[in-house]
Amino acid sequence: MIRVFALILCCQLAGEAAARSLALPVPGPVLGMAGLFVLMLASPRVAQAVRPVGDGILRHLSLLFVPAGVGIVGHLRLLGENALAIGVALIASTVLAIAVGALVFRAVARLTEAKPDA
Amino acid sequence: MRDFTEIWSYLAAGPLVWLTATLVAYLLADALAARLGRAPVANPVAGAVVLLALLLWATGTSYDTYFEGAQFVHFLLGPATVCLAVPLWAHRATVRRAALPIVAALLAGSLTAVAVALALGRAFGLSPEMLATLAPKSTTAPVALGISQSLGGSPTLTAVLVVLTGMVGAVVITPMMNALRITDWRARGLAVGVAAHGIGTARALQVNPQAGAFAGIGMALNAIVTALLAPWLLALFL
Repeated sequence: MIRVFALILCCQLAGEAAARSLALPVPGPVLGMAGLFVLMLASPRVAQAVRPVGDGILRHLSLLFVPAGVGIVGHLRLLGENALAIGVALIASTVLAIAVGALVFRAVARLTEAKPDA
Repeated sequence: MRDFTEIWSYLAAGPLVWLTATLVAYLLADALAARLGRAPVANPVAGAVVLLALLLWATGTSYDTYFEGAQFVHFLLGPATVCLAVPLWAHRATVRRAALPIVAALLAGSLTAVAVALALGRAFGLSPEMLATLAPKSTTAPVALGISQSLGGSPTLTAVLVVLTGMVGAVVITPMMNALRITDWRARGLAVGVAAHGIGTARALQVNPQAGAFAGIGMALNAIVTALLAPWLLALFL
């Protein structure tokens, strides 16, 4: 458990260091994810050890967004003044992005997976 | 026995009370969501945020004081992003086969999320600073804050918009996909991961493991795509 957690933090640290030092547009934790993925592919032992810990953390991914969400208390005035604009932009863009993403996925999957051997 | 207010002011100044409150509020909201049969509108993040906001208001506590305790939870967003390697690894064969639809849906969804938000925000007269704050809202929190800052937005407000976006996505995904008759779990998961990051991914993980894996991939890849797209799109809309 502690070993796995140390490994996860090492991946994040390496990702952050690489993103900063090379001025990459890719965020550090995402590079860390790529690093962990490569390690899991390379070693089945690592993969078996990391899997339950990763699944456990991701099961309560929602919890991790709560502190940022509570930040709303500091922005009520600004949000209130722009409520309509922000509300419309946020809801419409999210709904449309989901619809476009899912429809494009289905369309391309049909085109590329139509071949029986694919 | 000492005065209650004295004990309270001692406790409320440290991180313990607010870290505990964050976990308990989440557990209460999550239990309520389970009670309601995981209905899309019963989002545990929304419930916990409302409970905690009321508690802060009732006790006259500032967000800065609250965050001293809550930062320990907030910090885990980074390691959790790293952990998205796990579903990616578990479903690696399925993901490899679906590489083309993934890339196409990722680019289309990401572009729509940023461009529609900026176009509508501008049409409704938002300031350039607010547009910069709004642009990265479909990206997962730690990444969105960085993008917002580099564009000249307000990172703390971006964090709030990120959470609101995630809630919208988590609430609409199931009814909307049913209405559009999209039954492919891969398409449903990827779309919600791209548009509504970790909160959408959490919802997808609840509904179906394959949808969860694809949502995780969508969220991770969109962090990269938005970092590249947002500055360019913002320049178009300013």
